[in-house]
Amino acid sequence: MSGHSTYVPSSAIARWFESRLPIIGLMHGSFVSYPTPRNLNYMWTFGAILSFMMVAQIITGIVLAMHYTPHVSMAFASVEHIMRDVNWGWFLRYAHANGASMFFVAVYMHMMRGLYYGSYKAPREILWILGVIIFLLMMATAFMGYVLPWGQMSFWGASVITNLFSAIPLVGSAITTWLWGGYSVDNPTLNRFFSLHYLLPFMLVGVVVLHVWALHVVGQNNPAGVEVKNVKRDTVPFTPYATVKDSFALAVFLIFFSWFIFYVPNYLGHADNYIEANPLVTPSHIVPEWYFLPFYAILRAIPSKLGGVMAMFGSIAILAFLPWLDTSKVKSAAYRPVYRVFFWAFVLTCVGLGYLGAMPAEGGYVIASRILTFYYFAFFIMILPLLGIFETPKPVPATIADAVLAKHGAHAMQPAE
Amino acid sequence: MNRFKSIFVAVALSAASLAPALAAETHGPVPARLNWSFAGPFGTFDRGQIQRGFRVYREVCAACHSLSLLSFRNLGEPGGPEFSEGQVKALAADYKIKDFDDKGEPVEREGRPADRFPKLFANAEAAAATHGAAPPDLSVIAKARSYSRGFPLFLLDALPGMAYQEHGVDYIVALLNGYTKADDPNWNEYYPGHAIKMGKPLSDGQVDYTDGSPKTVAQYSRDVSAFLMWAAEPHLEQRKRTGLNVMIFLIVFAGLLYFTKKRIWADAH
Amino acid sequence: MLFIATGAAAAVGAGAVAWPLISQMNPDASTLALASTEVDIGAIPEGGILTVKWRGKPVFVRHRSKKEIDEAAATPLAQLPDPQADAARVKKPEWLVVVGVCTHLGCVPLGAPGSRGDYDGWFCPCHGSHYDTSGRIRKGPAPANLAVPAYDFLTDTKLRIG
Repeated sequence: MSGHSTYVPSSAIARWFESRLPIIGLMHGSFVSYPTPRNLNYMWTFGAILSFMMVAQIITGIVLAMHYTPHVSMAFASVEHIMRDVNWGWFLRYAHANGASMFFVAVYMHMMRGLYYGSYKAPREILWILGVIIFLLMMATAFMGYVLPWGQMSFWGASVITNLFSAIPLVGSAITTWLWGGYSVDNPTLNRFFSLHYLLPFMLVGVVVLHVWALHVVGQNNPAGVEVKNVKRDTVPFTPYATVKDSFALAVFLIFFSWFIFYVPNYLGHADNYIEANPLVTPSHIVPEWYFLPFYAILRAIPSKLGGVMAMFGSIAILAFLPWLDTSKVKSAAYRPVYRVFFWAFVLTCVGLGYLGAMPAEGGYVIASRILTFYYFAFFIMILPLLGIFETPKPVPATIADAVLAKHGAHAMQPAE
Repeated sequence: MNRFKSIFVAVALSAASLAPALAAETHGPVPARLNWSFAGPFGTFDRGQIQRGFRVYREVCAACHSLSLLSFRNLGEPGGPEFSEGQVKALAADYKIKDFDDKGEPVEREGRPADRFPKLFANAEAAAATHGAAPPDLSVIAKARSYSRGFPLFLLDALPGMAYQEHGVDYIVALLNGYTKADDPNWNEYYPGHAIKMGKPLSDGQVDYTDGSPKTVAQYSRDVSAFLMWAAEPHLEQRKRTGLNVMIFLIVFAGLLYFTKKRIWADAH
Repeated sequence: MLFIATGAAAAVGAGAVAWPLISQMNPDASTLALASTEVDIGAIPEGGILTVKWRGKPVFVRHRSKKEIDEAAATPLAQLPDPQADAARVKKPEWLVVVGVCTHLGCVPLGAPGSRGDYDGWFCPCHGSHYDTSGRIRKGPAPANLAVPAYDFLTDTKLRIG
C-alpha cells in the first residue's frame, strides 16, 4: 500500500508509537494523502464498492455460520431454521445470497472498466493478474457457498462442476473421487466445501491487500489513460475527494442491493434450490448462478468433454495474458475508435453467452454459443494483437490536467451535448 | 458512436424477438398471473384468506403432504394467520407427536405449540411405497415451484413497479385447477408432462368455510396457495416493511452524500 | 451543517445494520418457544429428587419430608449468607423446585443420598459449596441460594416450569 505519506504525528505518544509501528502513517499514506487522478469517473468507484461487498460477505457469512449445520441431513433444514427462527435470520441469509450476486455485478463492472480504459497495460500487469486471481477465488468461493443450502441446484451444480475434473486424462477420476471424498457428492463433500467456503474469503482478503498495494505503487489509471506527470495539477488527495465520491456511489449501489434483499430476494436464485437435494433425481434443467452462465455456455459450446473444460478454464486464464495480447500503445478506449466497437461487441458477447448458458443445450442455442465463443477468444487472440498495429488512435492529451480542461472546454462550446 | 449504438440496439431487439420463439416450444402453458394481497412492495397477507387456506391444507392436503419445517406456534405469530394462543394450543393438541417419556420409552403425546408439524412418513421411500410417489413436503413449496416466462419478460420481473415474485403461487393455483380432462383425474394441463400422480384433490363444497367465502375449487386453491406462500416465507411482511424503511433511509443518505460530494469537489475544478 | 447531517446519517445507518448482526446471537424463536416444560411429579417418593431439563439446565424437583421442611423453616435467617425464608422459596412446603446450577461457577451440585453435604441439601463438588434443604447456601464460596424458577402446579401431580 506504501506510497508517500505526509503524516506527521502530532503528539509525543503518537510519535513514540509511529517510530515503532508506522501503521498510522501507512494508512494515512494509503487512504488519505494518496493522490488520485482528478479525472476519474464513476466507473472507478467499483473498487471501493467491491471492498465493501467483501467485508459485508465475510461479516454476514461468519454470522450465518453460527447457525448453519454442514451435514447432509440437516443443512437444508438449518438454512430454513435461519430463515424462520433466527432473529433477523431471513435478512442475513438474503443479504449473503444476494450479496454474492452483487459482488459479481461490481466485479464485472470493475473488469469492464479495466478492459475499456486499458488498465491492464504497463505498468499495471501485476495489478491486473492479481485481479484475475481474485476473480478466480471469488468464483471458487461462490460456487462452494451455493452448495451449502443443499438444495437440488446445490447438489447437482456440485456434481456437474466437480465432474469437470474427470475430463483430465489419466488422473481425472482419481481427482474427482478425491474432491468428493467418496464415490459421489455426499456428506464429506459438503463438509469440506463448508470449510473451504469459510477459508477462501480470507485468502481473498490477502490477495486484495496485494492488489491494493500494487495499485498504490503504480497509481491509478484514469479515463485519459495517461500517467500522472504533476501531482499538484493532475491529482487530488484520496481523502476527502475519492472517499466522498466512493461513499456516494456505494450508497446508490446499496439502494440497488437492498431492492434485491427486501423485494425480490429469490429473483437471482433458482426455485429448484428450495427442494432438498436428492441424489436420485436430477432437475430437468440445471443452471448455475447467473454469474457463471457465460463460462457455462462456453463449456457446452465445445462438443468434446475435455475440450469444453479446457475452453472454459481457458476463457478465464486468457485474461491473465491480456497485458501482452493487447499491442496498442494507447490505453484508453476514449482514443481508440475501432477498439471501442470491438469492446462493446465483446460485452454483448458476454451478455449473449450468459443468456445462452441458461438455455437448454440444443439446436440454435448451441450454434449461437459456438459463434459467440469464437468471438470471445478471437477478441483476445486475434483482434487485440492486430488492432494495436492497424488502428490509428486519436490524439491523446499530454497530461490529465489537459484532459480535464479539454472536457470542460468542450462543454463550454457545446452546451447541448 | 451513434451509428454503433444503433447497431447494438438492432442486435438486441432481434435477439429479443427471436428468443421467445425459440423458448416457446419447450414450455407448457403459462399459468395466469393472479392478484395477491402479498404482492408488491407494500404487500401483506390477507389473514382471513390464509386462515381459510390452512383449513384447506389441514382437511385435504395434510392427508398426504407434511409441513415439517413449520411449528404450530408459527400459526399464532405476527405476520401469519395469527390464530389466537388458545386456538394454536387446541390445534397442536389435535396432533400426536412421537416422543420419549422419562424412562426413555417411546410414547405418543399431544402436540404443543413449540412442536413441529409431524412428518407423515419416516422417509421418502416409505412415502413412495404408500402413495406411488413421495408427496413433497409443502413447507417451502411456494418458493420451490416456478415457471419460465422467457426473455425478455423475466428481466421485467425484477424491476420496481413491475416486480413479479408470485410465479410459485400462480403455478400452484393453475395446477389445482388444471385437471381439465373429466375422464382422467391424473391428467393436468400445467404439470410438466401432464401425467401427475396426485389425483384431482379438490372439489366444490369439500371444505366448510364459516366466513361466507364461496366453497369452490377456485376459492380453495387460491386460499391454500396464499397459505403456502406464508408457510414458505413467514417473514414476508416484516421483510417488506423493513425494506421500505431501508429504502427511504438510503435515498435520503445518498442525497446527502451527493450534496456533500458536490460541496467538496467544488474547489477541485 | 451538511457534513454533520451526512455524518449523522452514516452513523444511524451503521447502527441500524449492526443491530441484526448483534441480535442474531440472542436465543432464536424456536429456543424461546421451548422455554417451558411440563413434568409429572406424582411418582417422586418422599425424600426423592427428580432432575428435569429446562432451558438446557437441570431443575431439581424435591419431594421434601416433614423433617426436611422443619429443618429449613427452623433455620434462623441470621445464619444465612443470603438470607431468605423457606416459605418465600416454595409454593407448597413439600415441593422444592430449584435450578440445579451452583451459584458459584455453574457446576451441578450433588443430591444423591449420602452426598448431600453438611446441611442435607446439596453439595457442589467443584469448590465445596453446601446447600440446605431449602436450596440455600450455607457454607463454601457460592454467593447466593440456588435459584427458584417460575413454576405452576397445573394439578396436584403436574408441574409446569417456566
